[in-house]
Amino acid sequence: MPDTRPFDTLVANSSPWPSGDGPPGGLVLSTRVRLARNLSDVPFTHVARDEQLQGVLARAVGAAQRADSFKAGVLLKMNELASSERQMLVERHLVSHELGDGARPRGILIAGGERLSLMINEEDHLRLQSMAPGFQLAEAWSSADVADDELDQTLDYAFSDEIGYLTACPTNAGTGLRASVLIHLPALVLLDEIQKVLKGVMQVGLSVRGLYGEHSEVMGNLFQISNQTTLGRSERDSIESLERVTRQIMDAEERARERMMRDARIQIEDKVWRAYGTLRHCRSIHAREVINLCSAVRLGVALGLSGLCPIRTVNELLVLTQPGHLQRYAGGELTPSERNVIRAQLVRERLEAAERGLS
Amino acid sequence: MVCQVCGKNPATVHFTEIHDNRQSEMHVCERCAEEKGLHGEQQQKFDIADLLAGMVDTMTSSDEERVGRIQCPRCGMLYSAFRETGRLGCAECYHAFQFQLRPLLRRIHGDTRHRGKIPIRDGEGAARSRQIQRLHDELQRAVEREEFEHAAAIRDEIRRIETEPSSAPSPSPATRPEGSA
Repeated sequence: MPDTRPFDTLVANSSPWPSGDGPPGGLVLSTRVRLARNLSDVPFTHVARDEQLQGVLARAVGAAQRADSFKAGVLLKMNELASSERQMLVERHLVSHELGDGARPRGILIAGGERLSLMINEEDHLRLQSMAPGFQLAEAWSSADVADDELDQTLDYAFSDEIGYLTACPTNAGTGLRASVLIHLPALVLLDEIQKVLKGVMQVGLSVRGLYGEHSEVMGNLFQISNQTTLGRSERDSIESLERVTRQIMDAEERARERMMRDARIQIEDKVWRAYGTLRHCRSIHAREVINLCSAVRLGVALGLSGLCPIRTVNELLVLTQPGHLQRYAGGELTPSERNVIRAQLVRERLEAAERGLS
Repeated sequence: MVCQVCGKNPATVHFTEIHDNRQSEMHVCERCAEEKGLHGEQQQKFDIADLLAGMVDTMTSSDEERVGRIQCPRCGMLYSAFRETGRLGCAECYHAFQFQLRPLLRRIHGDTRHRGKIPIRDGEGAARSRQIQRLHDELQRAVEREEFEHAAAIRDEIRRIETEPSSAPSPSPATRPEGSA
């Protein structure tokens, strides 16, 4: 048995999507493309017996071993992880809540420094996911597409000429594609223009969700925008239309920021610095407050206010202050009030380290 | 603009449908959109169970009973079970419930025909005709955008594929840089 578990190695590094590396990191935090696939000869996950799902797991791993995209990938089996560890994978946007429940033979293959992953036995047998920092839809699509073709060399996908890739839920049938961007829109929220923008987004058939996907609420002015329909248009069409709409939203946000800075510069700077001050000196803080304050600081960094931390630090705090990551940082189980104290400590440490790096 | 359905209320919901390369627009009021079920795909979260329940309303109870008993020969799932969970049992269910699913798919996606990539192993002929269809779509778009150089390149690509001997390995349905797969 190796000295270090693959899980420990994985979480010792930071998630790539908050790195702030991608273009333009100020507005779009990350891009994600996922493809839903099923094996043709096995019932869908919720109907299949456990031994059939074991078979899916084994075949998927076998196919990935032959795929270049999954070179040096690691397999994490959900039933071999503690619930807080599974929670960490959810917080890193690697695993969905459904896969993270730990019962049944489920797993995830992770490669390319978390940029490419394959959830096995989620709602569909396979959910291939490609993630990129910043706004990189074409790149994320291209790596998902290549990995999909590589897996397709070995696996026999459930597919019909008329309907396309067949999925457990008809809402995903066709391309099985869900492309999404995580975008930060504080100025549109502050100027009360967000509803109008989101309504427009929904009218063109895109959907809007919160930071943690389906059914999650919007926090910290972070919105996840994705395509809704998967049948009747090609992957490229869906990607291009999401790209086009995202650019329009980015423009609207940029214009709102300009107006805001022109009309209320002092108030905005005050809000940003107060948020930073709270984060830098707090002694007990709730996760939601961190996310909301980070939104203000993030805005400040993007507006070019000097003396704040790098955008990467703010993005990383969004992940590191979540319960699973926090518990690992503390090295043991925490009560909710202990959690708030430890969270405050972690936030202060991170910001202090960033300040040292700046000076 | 007045609603194209009732002709009374102001049109606040606008649709663009592209079918067989023809674009048609529709402008309706909120109420007519709702009555016609046009809101389904615009809703932020659409609940498949609600959609299914809505469709059942139009059936008589004996119809409903009959439809509910339709069963997938492979996994044994009843259509009534799908209606409760919103999840199908296996790939074959799509065939077993095809007459029930088609209107549902149209409601969810506004279409019932796949236009995306296809498995590489799905047969060379199918892959080829699909790829040619896709390139034709792309060509049309390029012409609309007046990207004539790009359009010419696509046209040449279509000719190349059409004249290529059928024993040649079929290119993958999605274009990508050489040697990346």
